[in-house]
Amino acid sequence: MSTSGIIQDKREGWNRPPVIEPEGDADLLEVAMGPHHPSTHGVFRMDVALDGERVIRLKPVFGYLHRNHEKIGENSSYLASMPFTDRLDYICPLTNNWAYALSVEKLTGQEVPERAEYLRVILAELTRVVNHTSAIGFLLQEMGASGTPLMYAFREREKILDLFEALTGARMMVNYMRFGGCRVDATPAWLADVRKVLDSLPQFFDEFENLLRSNEILMARSQGVGILRPDLAVNAGITGPMLRASGVNYDIRKVDSYGIYGRFKFRVPLGEHGDIYDRFMIRLLEMRESISIIDQALKDIPVGPVMDPKAKLRGFRPKPGEAYGRIEGPKGELGFYLISDGSPNPYRYRIRPPSLINLTVLEDMCLGSNVADVVLIFGSVDIVLGEVDR
Amino acid sequence: MKTVEEIKAAIEQAVPGAGVEIILNPSVCTQHSLRLAPSHAVAVATFLRDDADLALDFLSNATGIDWPDKEVAEKVKVIRTVTKTVDGAEQQVEETVEETRKHVVPGCLEAVYHLFSVAKGYKSPVVIRMKTVNRSDQVQLPSLTPVWRSAEFQEREIFDLYGIVFTGHPDLRRILMWDEFKDHPMRRDYVEPDDFEYEPTAHDEVLARAQAHRAKMADLAAGQEGAGA
Repeated sequence: MSTSGIIQDKREGWNRPPVIEPEGDADLLEVAMGPHHPSTHGVFRMDVALDGERVIRLKPVFGYLHRNHEKIGENSSYLASMPFTDRLDYICPLTNNWAYALSVEKLTGQEVPERAEYLRVILAELTRVVNHTSAIGFLLQEMGASGTPLMYAFREREKILDLFEALTGARMMVNYMRFGGCRVDATPAWLADVRKVLDSLPQFFDEFENLLRSNEILMARSQGVGILRPDLAVNAGITGPMLRASGVNYDIRKVDSYGIYGRFKFRVPLGEHGDIYDRFMIRLLEMRESISIIDQALKDIPVGPVMDPKAKLRGFRPKPGEAYGRIEGPKGELGFYLISDGSPNPYRYRIRPPSLINLTVLEDMCLGSNVADVVLIFGSVDIVLGEVDR
Repeated sequence: MKTVEEIKAAIEQAVPGAGVEIILNPSVCTQHSLRLAPSHAVAVATFLRDDADLALDFLSNATGIDWPDKEVAEKVKVIRTVTKTVDGAEQQVEETVEETRKHVVPGCLEAVYHLFSVAKGYKSPVVIRMKTVNRSDQVQLPSLTPVWRSAEFQEREIFDLYGIVFTGHPDLRRILMWDEFKDHPMRRDYVEPDDFEYEPTAHDEVLARAQAHRAKMADLAAGQEGAGA
């Protein structure tokens, strides 16, 4: 994690960051942004080489929050890892739960009851709303709109977290899903509450969209900044709103139609320019689609059990084999790769973190722009350090 | 989507002598994988990416697996000559005895890549894997980062946590552990150090000097006592 030598470092290849030469013969400045910079959303460092205000080189430095989650997963039973997945991307624990449950279900071939599938979709889409509102709130905060917009976002987030608390008993560390279903059933009153929150959201989105769409400062700072080419985005494994903002139509909910996503009608918003502005408009539009999905799910949700009655909680030993399962998390493709050797603990427990892999192109997007824009470009990637470092 | 057998045939047609081997997955999800020979891996990977039928342009997940040396116990029937007392006289008798023999299956490190296609939208991954010769000194594998940039940080992570050295990687450094760290924590025989961040400090030097001083003083005192008596 040393800074030395980033100015001399030049790499080649078509999918490598462009090499930018400094203008004139002035000295370059090496700046370490972070690990305690307010814009880095946690403990994360970017070593930046600057020519005046222009970024010449940028290197992300990880590992400040590393706890070797995968090793912990290998040393505990399958179910014991479920609460740990909440701590990966702590803004959206329910999608983490789902990705892990889905992978184990792929490994064992367990069935999930209908009602549980519907609950999973409702919760995942609520999580998406939570994540995207916070991401946009943070963007506006980083742009200098100190406090107010973020508090607007958090006001809505709080309503949804109240729903999570009512259902699962915890606002964030939910530990809700199980292999073959969900832990507890939702009451009709809870579903009515979801409906109530759902009805209040579009008005908030309108308000928020007005902030984004018509604010001149915001447009000046975000349009045409941090552009990501679609071919590079695909090659670098970028997923989620970032990929779609570059105009690539790839939504795992549509491609895999995992769970019961095949039954819902929704559109996949796509960007044109792949800049910061597009990334945030995509998030806004996605939230509106999420509302529509939850609306459809609330209409169709059947009555029934939420756990596969044959599912074993104790003595859970999948047959030897391996499985890779993935879902479209709010930040991108969240995958779990599991190898079972027939013992109660997974032989290999790997998490494919969207946050880490989306940072691959951070340097490409930042090179040549001003150092003040780095904060915004980084914010538009939308990461959580709990997932980057694991 | 093509089956693994079809993909194997396509690879062997495009890259002669590629040495692809199908590894079956007994799990219900039937995600079988292809093991590539490291010598041809980059050529095969480029083919998989650029082939119009396969179009595996998206590397989703890259990770390592550690397979440590395994001791396998086998029961073998052996004929031995045993000295026995038969009818009061010692005789050499041949006897069949069951014996457990142990032999060690050498371990390896493995890198696994999960490929998808943005262009074609496959539902299940095409899994490719490579393995190293052993776990100690021959741990080189070709890097697939020049083919899929997505592998950049993930291969760094494998290098960091498993110790596979990816040749051809543009920037192979530790990513999660700090640069001075020596071991590879995801290996199965990894033992945690007592103190992760032990560094000899100025304080240690002072302590060592104090200890030396104390020993010297004790010697001196002992010498004086001897002289006094």
